[in-house]
Amino acid sequence: MAGETGPGGRRLARHAMLIEDEPHIAEAIRFLLTRDGWQVTALADGGAAERALRTARPDLLILDVMLPGRSGLEILSAVRADPDMAELPVMMLTAKGQGRDREAAERAGADLFMAKPFSNAEFVAAARSLVET
Amino acid sequence: MPFNLLVLACITYVAFLFLIAFAVERRARRGAARWLRSPLVYTLSLSVYCTAWTFYGAVGYAARSGLEFLTIYLGPTLVFVGWWWILRKLVRIGRQQRVTSIADLISSRYGKSTLLGVIVTLICVIAATPYIALQLQSVTLSFGVFAAAGSYGWALPDSDATALWVAVGLAFFTILFGTRNLDANEQHTGVVIAIAVEAVVKLVALVAVGIFVVWFMASGPSDIIMRIGYSDIADWDLVPSRWAGLIGLSAAAVMTLPRMFQVLVVETSDEAHLATASWAFPLYLAAMSIFVVPIAVVGLQMLPAEANPDLFVLTLPLSQGQGGLAMLAFLGGFSSATSMVVVASIALATMVSNHIVMPLWLSLRPTREVTGDVRRLVLVARRVAIAGVLGLGYFYYSHSEGATSLAAIGLISFVGVAQMLPAMLGGMFWRGATRVGAALGLTIGLVVWAYTLFLPSFGPVAMIPQAVFDHGPFGLAWLRPRALFGAEGLDPLIHALFWSLTLNTSAFCLGSLFSFPSPVERVQGLAFVNVFDTERAEPRVWDDQGAADPEELLKLAQRILGDEPALLFFEDAARQQGKAGYLPDPTPAFLDALERKLAGAVGAAAAHAVIAEVAGRARVTVADLIRLADETAQIMEYSSRLESQRSELERTARQLREANEKLTQLSIQKDAFLSQISHELRTPMTSIRAFSEILMEGDVPPALAAAQARIINEEAIRLTRLLDDLLDLSVLENGTVQLDLRIVSLTEMVDRALRAARQTRPERSFDILRDLPAEALFLRTDPDRLTQVFINLIANARKYCDSRDPALRINVKQRGARVIVDFIDNGSGIPKDKQQIIFEKFARLTDQTRAGGAGLGLAICREIMANLGGTITYLPAQGGAAFRVTLPLRLEKSPRADAA
Amino acid sequence: MNRRGPVFLARRSYRIRRLRDGARLLPLAGVFLFLLPILWAPAETVTRDTARDGIYLFVVWGVLIAVAAVLAPGLGTGEEAEAPASAEDEDGAA
Repeated sequence: MAGETGPGGRRLARHAMLIEDEPHIAEAIRFLLTRDGWQVTALADGGAAERALRTARPDLLILDVMLPGRSGLEILSAVRADPDMAELPVMMLTAKGQGRDREAAERAGADLFMAKPFSNAEFVAAARSLVET
Repeated sequence: MPFNLLVLACITYVAFLFLIAFAVERRARRGAARWLRSPLVYTLSLSVYCTAWTFYGAVGYAARSGLEFLTIYLGPTLVFVGWWWILRKLVRIGRQQRVTSIADLISSRYGKSTLLGVIVTLICVIAATPYIALQLQSVTLSFGVFAAAGSYGWALPDSDATALWVAVGLAFFTILFGTRNLDANEQHTGVVIAIAVEAVVKLVALVAVGIFVVWFMASGPSDIIMRIGYSDIADWDLVPSRWAGLIGLSAAAVMTLPRMFQVLVVETSDEAHLATASWAFPLYLAAMSIFVVPIAVVGLQMLPAEANPDLFVLTLPLSQGQGGLAMLAFLGGFSSATSMVVVASIALATMVSNHIVMPLWLSLRPTREVTGDVRRLVLVARRVAIAGVLGLGYFYYSHSEGATSLAAIGLISFVGVAQMLPAMLGGMFWRGATRVGAALGLTIGLVVWAYTLFLPSFGPVAMIPQAVFDHGPFGLAWLRPRALFGAEGLDPLIHALFWSLTLNTSAFCLGSLFSFPSPVERVQGLAFVNVFDTERAEPRVWDDQGAADPEELLKLAQRILGDEPALLFFEDAARQQGKAGYLPDPTPAFLDALERKLAGAVGAAAAHAVIAEVAGRARVTVADLIRLADETAQIMEYSSRLESQRSELERTARQLREANEKLTQLSIQKDAFLSQISHELRTPMTSIRAFSEILMEGDVPPALAAAQARIINEEAIRLTRLLDDLLDLSVLENGTVQLDLRIVSLTEMVDRALRAARQTRPERSFDILRDLPAEALFLRTDPDRLTQVFINLIANARKYCDSRDPALRINVKQRGARVIVDFIDNGSGIPKDKQQIIFEKFARLTDQTRAGGAGLGLAICREIMANLGGTITYLPAQGGAAFRVTLPLRLEKSPRADAA
Repeated sequence: MNRRGPVFLARRSYRIRRLRDGARLLPLAGVFLFLLPILWAPAETVTRDTARDGIYLFVVWGVLIAVAAVLAPGLGTGEEAEAPASAEDEDGAA
């Protein structure tokens, strides 16, 4: 896999794609992940997500549930249906934080479900755990 | 009297009438015109029957042919006294079908036929031409009288030039009067009142001259009776064929003359007025006739032999030095002529625009869609038609035998319009009458009338060569215009009347018997013949399968009726179906009602055609045809009850369905609301928590730290605003809000809102179109709350209007005690399926622009308006997003105070 | 049932229907009276009769107006009774 630890202990930059329509949240996540050594591509619109995914081939996809254009769950199903990306780790973000959303996300094949607001440390740890396992 | 003074008197008089019409129309628009449409006014308006022909010509007629002039008034008397037979039915049909003219009536009865509309319009225009010429001639002659009598050093310029000026003046006057407002509505309250005033003027003038003649020139009634015995009038012989024929002719004409149809049927405000007119109008006619013979007798005795008896009404007072009385008589004659010309040309212009211009436009326009402002087209067509009709009248005046007596000219017109009688009466009383029959009868009647009476009236040589008069066309003696089929020795008028109506009626009957009506014709035939049978279910022309888009229908209706009336009509229809908003279901009943409404503006044929374009071809269902064929009243009645019960059930079911949907939605909404609030609170929290943790760690460069702190601040503000909105909404919803009611200027509030809303997307330049005079209103309301609504609407437009050159129109209207403020932008509007939900909480259509609130704006607006005793609705089909705010002009107390 | 007087149901609507019959007959009477002068031999006497004819016509005219005025109010209010009577009324027309 592309995101493995190199022989010298130095990591190759891992690539996360973030699809989030709230500019401030996107900025926070970008800051956190970049500081942790990630390369981050952020998109604000769900409609363009799939094509971007196919060309960028990230190591991790971070998806907001409520998106303009296309909902996060729809994008997730599309990702899982595509044999090339079926194994891509996906983290879902939601501000609703209700059990129902979590179930729906897990059924659709999310690897991890994170409720907003989150603790920064937890978030970064979760992101790491998804690419390292 | 100096000529200039005379002209000045005319102009002053016309200006006076115009002011009356203007004032009345203003009052009518404010809905305070009940007394203006009384039985008295209706009766007086019917007096357009008495034109200059009556005012001047009756005396001349009496001087030449004794009592024969009475026939012209006895016929209408019989028709009105016998109103229960025909007029009652005619008026009921006219109102029920929203008939705009006699051409429309006949076209509508025979399957909304365009062809018949054209034929009848042609007949009416041609027949009206001599009649209008008659009015021009009489006004010109009366000017001449003053010129001759005065010898104040001026001579009448030239009678042709005078007539031309009179024609131009009348055309101008009529266009001002009849097509002033943009409503394509066929009722002209102002004109009707002006005509009623003129009716009084002419009656007073003629009676005043009569009284002067009987009691001041002669010495009372017995003296007059003696004088009649000695005068030449006593030598007249009653010609039985003329006596009976003219009574019948005038009876027909009073129903078929376009101007009479206009006042009798189109302008009726209440059918009950007909009961009063049934005796009051004959009374008016009798009053107009009673002094005719005395004036003629005294005129023949006292005036020189070469004096024109048509002008005795003027010349008698003048010969006695009674200038004032003569002036009154002159104004009476002028009134008679103007009222006839105004009403006749309005009626004819309506026909020309609805039955010639509209069909032409419908078939010639490049796209099938109805675009552009149809009303403007109709108005322009009408104005041109008015000018055209008067132009034709002038042409006839200058080309016919100038010396013809007034009565002779008028009778030519009467025979022309009488040609419509068979098709009209047949259509009202005989279900078997068909379009083919009507077209044949009308055409043959028109041809025979033109050949035997109209064309010969231009003089023996002008239109038909002398040889044809002597030996017939191609030497066929039995086709001589004045002796058709060898009927020699008849009076030319009676000859023409007899043959034209006989051939017309025969062709109508035979054509009807041998042809087969179309389904629409059968539906209309039933509706006309059984118009009083209100219990009977009306067969529908439109069926359920038509997939008409109500929004398209609304657009169409707005183009034809104007925005406001169309919206009102649609809102009303939707309410009757138990629906909210402006878009009713396109049921057959609604399409029927809409078609009739449109027919009131552009005629039945055009209305049918334009609706068919949106709703698809009209199909009469098999069930309807069975209903048509079945003539037993009981089954009809039973099925009509079933029908009404069924529609009642349908309506209830629709209401229940909607209530149920609403309840389900409410429960879903409650869940959604909580989840939404959670979402809206957590979103700003996320940024705040993330950045505050970053800042707490403390290893961020100062510039970046400042930027992050700003984000935290912004999101905190956003949270506060959200909580404010939520609190605001809950206060508004509970009705516990304190309103601060004050008298404030609407202009000021709009100004304030515009200024405040400029902060939303300040980079956008926005055209604001305002109607400042209309905005100049003072309201009693809560100014801050109302301004809040305005700010919201303007800000929304600034945010979401997707036009390249965005513009916002703010229209203000006052309707009674309510004020309407419309905000209309030029973007792509809100799709139909979203129009219902935009006022719900958190209903954001796109999430692209997060700068605003949480989608609570319109929900708050709706609650504010409810608290201010008003409403806010989305207006469909305005060419952009359009919101209508309606509120009371003077709010007394919070309408929710009681409920709270 | 008491059979002494004629039994009368719906006396009022019966009156209204006869009033309508009257309204229908009135113009027929008018036609007859207005056409009557045709039958008079014209001017066979030395005294001329134009004034007399005129007075006759105006008197007939006045009577017609008066009768119509008497009938009109009753007919106007009969509007509600229209529906039940209409089957009978409109039979001839259908």
